[in-house]
Amino acid sequence: MNEAPPASIGNWDEACLALPLALISPKISGGIVVRAQAGPVRQRWLDLMKQLAGNDTCMTRLPVDAAPQRVFGGLDLVATLQSGHPVSEAGLLSKSNGGIVIASMAERLSASMAAQIGAVLETGQLIAERDGLQLRSSTRFLLVALDEALDDEPSLPGVLRERMAFTVNLDGLRSADLADPEVSPADIVKARQRLRDVVLTDEVAEALCAASLALGVQSARACILATGVARVHAALAGRCDTTQEDAEAALRLVLVPRARTFPQSGEDAEDDTQPSPESNSEDNQKPDPDEPGDDQQVPDAQELADMLVEAAKAMLPADLLLNSDLKRAEASRSTLAGKAGALRRSSTRGRPAGTKRGDLKPGVKLNVIETLRAAAPWQTLRRHEALESSSETSTARRIEVRKQDIRINRYQQHSETTTIFAVDASGSSALNRLAEAKGAVELLLADSYVRRDQVALVMFRGKDAEVLLPPTRSLVRAKRALTGMAGGGGTPLCSGLETALLLALAERRRGATPVIVALTDGQGNIARDGTPGRAQARLDALDAGRAIGSSGITSLLLDISPRPSPAAADLAAAMGARLVPLPYANSSAVSSIVMEETRAKSNRVYTKGSNY
Amino acid sequence: MSTSIPVFPFSAIVGQNEVRRALIAAAVEPAIGGILILGDRGTGKSTSVRALAGLLPQIRAVTNCKYNCDPDGSSFCDDCKVNSETRKASRISVPVVDLPLGATEDRVVGALDLESALTRGEKVLEVGLLARANRGFLYIDEVNLLDDHLVDLLLDVAASGENVIEREGLSVRHPARFVLIGSGNPEEGELRPQLLDRFGLSVDITTPDDVKQRIEIVRRREAYDRDPVAFANEWEKKDKTIRSKISRARKIVGGVTVSDAMLEKAALMCMALGTDGLRGELTLMRTARAFAALDGKPAVAVKHLREAAGPSLRHRLRRDPLDETDSGVRVERAVSEVLGK
Repeated sequence: MNEAPPASIGNWDEACLALPLALISPKISGGIVVRAQAGPVRQRWLDLMKQLAGNDTCMTRLPVDAAPQRVFGGLDLVATLQSGHPVSEAGLLSKSNGGIVIASMAERLSASMAAQIGAVLETGQLIAERDGLQLRSSTRFLLVALDEALDDEPSLPGVLRERMAFTVNLDGLRSADLADPEVSPADIVKARQRLRDVVLTDEVAEALCAASLALGVQSARACILATGVARVHAALAGRCDTTQEDAEAALRLVLVPRARTFPQSGEDAEDDTQPSPESNSEDNQKPDPDEPGDDQQVPDAQELADMLVEAAKAMLPADLLLNSDLKRAEASRSTLAGKAGALRRSSTRGRPAGTKRGDLKPGVKLNVIETLRAAAPWQTLRRHEALESSSETSTARRIEVRKQDIRINRYQQHSETTTIFAVDASGSSALNRLAEAKGAVELLLADSYVRRDQVALVMFRGKDAEVLLPPTRSLVRAKRALTGMAGGGGTPLCSGLETALLLALAERRRGATPVIVALTDGQGNIARDGTPGRAQARLDALDAGRAIGSSGITSLLLDISPRPSPAAADLAAAMGARLVPLPYANSSAVSSIVMEETRAKSNRVYTKGSNY
Repeated sequence: MSTSIPVFPFSAIVGQNEVRRALIAAAVEPAIGGILILGDRGTGKSTSVRALAGLLPQIRAVTNCKYNCDPDGSSFCDDCKVNSETRKASRISVPVVDLPLGATEDRVVGALDLESALTRGEKVLEVGLLARANRGFLYIDEVNLLDDHLVDLLLDVAASGENVIEREGLSVRHPARFVLIGSGNPEEGELRPQLLDRFGLSVDITTPDDVKQRIEIVRRREAYDRDPVAFANEWEKKDKTIRSKISRARKIVGGVTVSDAMLEKAALMCMALGTDGLRGELTLMRTARAFAALDGKPAVAVKHLREAAGPSLRHRLRRDPLDETDSGVRVERAVSEVLGK
């Protein structure tokens, strides 16, 4: 459904089926997640949507960096200043009532924005308390989230994805191969009228609920969405009660993309998380929906449920747990709001630390409400003053705002820190003090937990380096990875440092503040190309060290050799790192040093524009 | 909640016994403190809380009081003190106020009313959500996504029962006694440990993994979506039963006694678990008393302690970050050690 089978016409057919289903009842379906890069196929799909929705349906684009005020509504500044009392302005979501909202680059929506939009989707009510206003409105719209995340990037925040019935994948399709579906806007209107009379049959309800459990779908909302979609599908087909066909469609479109486990067939159900390796990957095609069930007698609920589960099995790739969709889900849950480049943009990151008096310099954001509030108590006085001092009374302003009233937003950026440990596990260090190094890392881990930092572990030994533990906040995982780390082999110092640097740069792009903590004796003996040789290895390691230095990433080198070694000192100099010889570093001293180094970077108070 | 569409009835919620019991206990004994509901997406967290609004028995309040002052109570807001002779009482439904994400501080605590300040030059307080929630519930969905400083502020006010506003030349204090209910999905981001401890009860919520229950969920939801009014009417009788149970329990909860034996058992449990501070024990006793009152019993029994232990202690265990044992399991172990079975 997602990556394997890579690209099939089936994906397109499903995407085209999801369209009318979603358009018939935005209330039931919530929305469609469209997983695709920008391109002709996606455009064609969007054009199709426009055509099916009809001309008078309003379509609004929701830019990813839209200010909350534009999205949820807020203060109409001009009207407020003209009238002298607060006037509100509807946001994009309220204005889109009955229409379609297209969120482009939805994978970059911040978690908080996504949660707020999700609440509107769920209840059909928009509630906001901002800008000195209380905003309430009813709005129902179809949300189309264009998710352009690549394989391992975090995708659309789960709070929102959960509330949208459909996920369609258009990646890898070629526009030329595709045929338009045979649905007209009139069909949608008809189906919408029929929908009220469509009854959810017991068989279909039971089958879909059973299938959701077999697929490991935790959410009860998924069942509600799936049964709703089955009803809409029946309405589109012109039926008044749901049948097997509708159940299959709901399964394909709603439940299978949410599957977490590979369904087990009765007997071999001893392990419910591992996909059975012998699962038939060759019959990976979907059951042909056009093939009618031969008009045989109606199957009972149990049979139908079994059939659905079997059908789902055929649709799921055998390597479900390796499936990129899941990995992305994992990725998106472990990261916080505001994805790439967030550190610099800072419009949603960082917590608002209230407002302060200030000058209107470029780059700062005026907080209108607070400014007006500051000015308000003085109005009578100032009006008198103004009347007395100026001869031309006709220019009397409605509101007298003075320089001392100006209030600007303050933001405190507390970006999270990712501490990357690069641990030398070569033979020489195993001899020396690998165990102690592990102890120090463990202490730092517990410390990072308290500070709610993320940690990552890079290990190098033998020929190259590997990321033993991608950035995580789970201490248990970190500890397990550390315990399992064995020593021995050469010292590919250069690739160890480079791997750590790559990881650090990726973290920085994500908006976190990386810190590299290298635990080594500084004596590499494997060069960058994997060949042994002390001299070349040393040069390469210094090169890698300088790369870290010039990247500006904070680093720390813990010398784990028995006596302080000049090699480690040279490397630390190249890295611009603080050198701490382990013999003198009892573990708590090490952790306080790391904290010190981090604090300088991660806590900044500065003023910057934002509407929060 | 301003619409006339009735909320999903409380009694129509499938399963979720622990959450429902916790909410009812807090309605009986608000001093329990807040409730934290943690669970996966789609488990009906917000449905349960919103349903509470339709369930609670009405309360008496001073007519047109911004803070819903209790006419029979002892403390009043400044306005009510001034109008002590003329004030009238009327029945209102218990406020269940939604605090949306992205709410700004001025809206939450209250701020200078711009209009009267600009046009008439008067300093008038425009009350915030905290005032509206007085004597009721304040609900935050996705509490783990709320800005830290707002959460701190809320917990502070919830603990002291009073909101102090010092801004823009305003200096106002008003009563703000409410039960804070937060819900969230731990996968979206964890809550700080300090914050966890401030919630009285913590409830983990899971979806039923039983086909029959799931079908029931789907069925009831469909019926509700089809005709909310008819659906609400259908369940009104059951809601009413719970409502009168709460009303009765409220009357007697003040008189529910706790024997020394029970106090000792509670203390033993807290010691076995190594919970910090007295907050755990206090909450445990208050919750057990609420459960006893709901049973119509004059004294707390082992049964009530047992039920109250999980939600009141689970989130207060000192967490060894390297220990993988689930805290719920640890509480259960301590409960069976102290209370038997």
